[in-house]
Amino acid sequence: MDLNDSPEQAEYRARVRSWLSEHKREAPARNGSYEDMAYVDSRRTWQRRLAEAGLAGVTWPKEYGGQGLGPIEQVTVNQEISNAGVPGILDVIGIGMLGPCLIAHGSEEQKSRHLGPMLHGDEVWCQLFSEPGAGSDLAAVQTRARQGDDGSWTLNGQKVWTTNAQFASYGLLLARTDADVPKHKGLTMFVVPMDATGVTVRGLRQISGEAEFNEVFFDDVVLGEEAVVGGVGNGWGTALTVLMFERLTIGFGSEHFGSPTRLAETIAADPDARRDPLIREALGEIITELLAVRFNGYRALTMLARGQIPGPEAGLAKVTMVNAGIRAADLGTDVVGPDALIEDSEWSYLTSFLPGLKSAGGTEQILRNTIGERVLGLPPEPRLDKGIPFSELRAKEKEAVGR
Amino acid sequence: MNFALSDEQEFLREAARGALARHKTIEAAREALENPEGLPDLWPMAVEAGWPGMLVAEDRGGAGLGAFDALLVAEECGRVLASVPLLGALPASAILDAAGDESLEEVAAGSLRPAYLPARPPDDLGSGWTVQARAGVGRAAAPRIAADGTVDGEVAFVLDAPGAGLLVVVGLDDDGSPAAAAVPADGAGVAIEALTRYDATRSLGHVALAGARGRRLDVGADVLADAWYLAQALIAAESLGAVASCLEMSVAYAKERFTFGRPIGSYQAIKHELTEVLRRLENARGLQYYAGWARESKPEEFALAASAARLAAGGALDFAARANINVHGGIGATWEHDAPLFFRRAQLSRRLLGGTHDAADRVAERMLAGAAA
Repeated sequence: MDLNDSPEQAEYRARVRSWLSEHKREAPARNGSYEDMAYVDSRRTWQRRLAEAGLAGVTWPKEYGGQGLGPIEQVTVNQEISNAGVPGILDVIGIGMLGPCLIAHGSEEQKSRHLGPMLHGDEVWCQLFSEPGAGSDLAAVQTRARQGDDGSWTLNGQKVWTTNAQFASYGLLLARTDADVPKHKGLTMFVVPMDATGVTVRGLRQISGEAEFNEVFFDDVVLGEEAVVGGVGNGWGTALTVLMFERLTIGFGSEHFGSPTRLAETIAADPDARRDPLIREALGEIITELLAVRFNGYRALTMLARGQIPGPEAGLAKVTMVNAGIRAADLGTDVVGPDALIEDSEWSYLTSFLPGLKSAGGTEQILRNTIGERVLGLPPEPRLDKGIPFSELRAKEKEAVGR
Repeated sequence: MNFALSDEQEFLREAARGALARHKTIEAAREALENPEGLPDLWPMAVEAGWPGMLVAEDRGGAGLGAFDALLVAEECGRVLASVPLLGALPASAILDAAGDESLEEVAAGSLRPAYLPARPPDDLGSGWTVQARAGVGRAAAPRIAADGTVDGEVAFVLDAPGAGLLVVVGLDDDGSPAAAAVPADGAGVAIEALTRYDATRSLGHVALAGARGRRLDVGADVLADAWYLAQALIAAESLGAVASCLEMSVAYAKERFTFGRPIGSYQAIKHELTEVLRRLENARGLQYYAGWARESKPEEFALAASAARLAAGGALDFAARANINVHGGIGATWEHDAPLFFRRAQLSRRLLGGTHDAADRVAERMLAGAAA
């Protein structure tokens, strides 16, 4: 049992560290607004530098411009980037989730056209999955793609919670292509150019006042036959690939929401808080949860390095992390007092940001359902939608609630 | 990066599980509620398995294993509520090993069973070395250990004290510095009052020492603090094993019990409660690994790791034992069922060795000490 690098890993880490220390002067600020296009452009340039140095797409196969390395090397790069105090890649969603999906399911044309510009930050991607009526129940998407006689597709509908859509060049979109079969079967994945006629992006402001997400509207957007990824009617399987990579990206991308060190410093700076048994107990409990996430992360990483894919129980780390983060922000606010809630305060940002994060990447309740069923083997809830054509589902739902 | 059990550790765990399975420990736990004297003596089994010498160096007759291995064994004991007196013996053996004491060969062989009389290291709010008091939230003064090894004082609720052959006492010398002594349990001035509390599988005793003759152990404060945190990690591991059993019992029942035409495990109310048990179990396991790893590889973090493990596992067992009763419904709260045995274990365990509240405070203390104020 050890947390040390092997000699090869240590050598790799040294190479990464040396490149970063040599080039970190060229890096933009770590935090900035994605509503500020000058900042976004500086992050594109930085992503290109990282890609050229082999620090983006670490786990992508070499034939697509990646390094062909494993999860341990990806984590090494993340750690060194964080230690260097520089930002990482801009397009985490593209490189972490959508690119790997294209590599798995895309056509040769799609791969050769899109992967290079994605990797180098020339074309940022967004994930067009969730809809106002399809979040936890993602297979309920209603955005409709209809095929014309000439083979082209016409898209109508709305997506939501779309990170980076305001500057993305392409999106990977899950649409319904056949409403007369059960809902998981009538779905198809498409590549959508975000500058196509009929695509409208609107910022979605959240509790903090910032717009970190978008709504995206599609009005008679026309796509060619070549826009289909992974085959017509196979959209659900293709989406599951993205969701699997999402789990890995979330699991290893973000160790803490709310720095435990900042919380301890805030308490230590106040002599009364430092001696207060209730504050000390809460701090002890929060830190314990965050430490558990960190060391369970090492367990998961060990499995990954051995070629095993972590199961859905990795979702428990997200539940722990978000809830501990909420408690940490709350305790930090208690200690600082009302000034913790003024707009520029670190505690104010966390206080506003974390409630929504409970639903991100699967709500806590859906994660608990999945883990209860897949890990503990508990029986599923009865459901109304099994084997029923999507077009008849609404009527069945209304009938079930007696309307 | 390798944060998983080695093949040897998997083997050790399986061997422990196999050895314990030959004793009807759960049945014994229930029978002990009515007749505490009837608890089987599992020490011979521990001796046969080589557990007493796990933490003693090989050249002193031990197995020279690490804390990680000891935690795996404690976890297996906790899984079946086996009353193997390791929580008293192993921290004591670690102090004796560090001191190079003359008793080591007998201790490692299991022919002399030691018990650790714990004293909590000082905290950042001005408390010195203290021991558990007989009652209340306050801490009592640690025993006085004279230069010639004479010991005076009292330690309440000492784990595995009844029947122990050698008491390893942690206290203060005439200058008020932390010290330790090995006191033969059958010597003059030693009184051990055996106790049975809520969990009858738990061997406890109030130990009074009045001019008891012992020999000073030449160890520093770091060894004495290490023993405290080792005891925290061991009781955490034992609790973790019990959590795993509670979860298995609850899940099995949730699959077979039907209400309103459905297995109760299909209801989210049940499913989410059991997922919460799993979440707490996995967190406690990650911290158990942290504690085992830190004691060998990062001793400066062992206090933090062991305290966090203790807090997580103590809380997990309380939650899991209550969930187990809830999921079983009324039957889970009856004398005949196994669920109350685990509930009793949970309620007593988290109040021993300083308790889980103290563990939370130790975690906070470590973080505050590391923060630039």
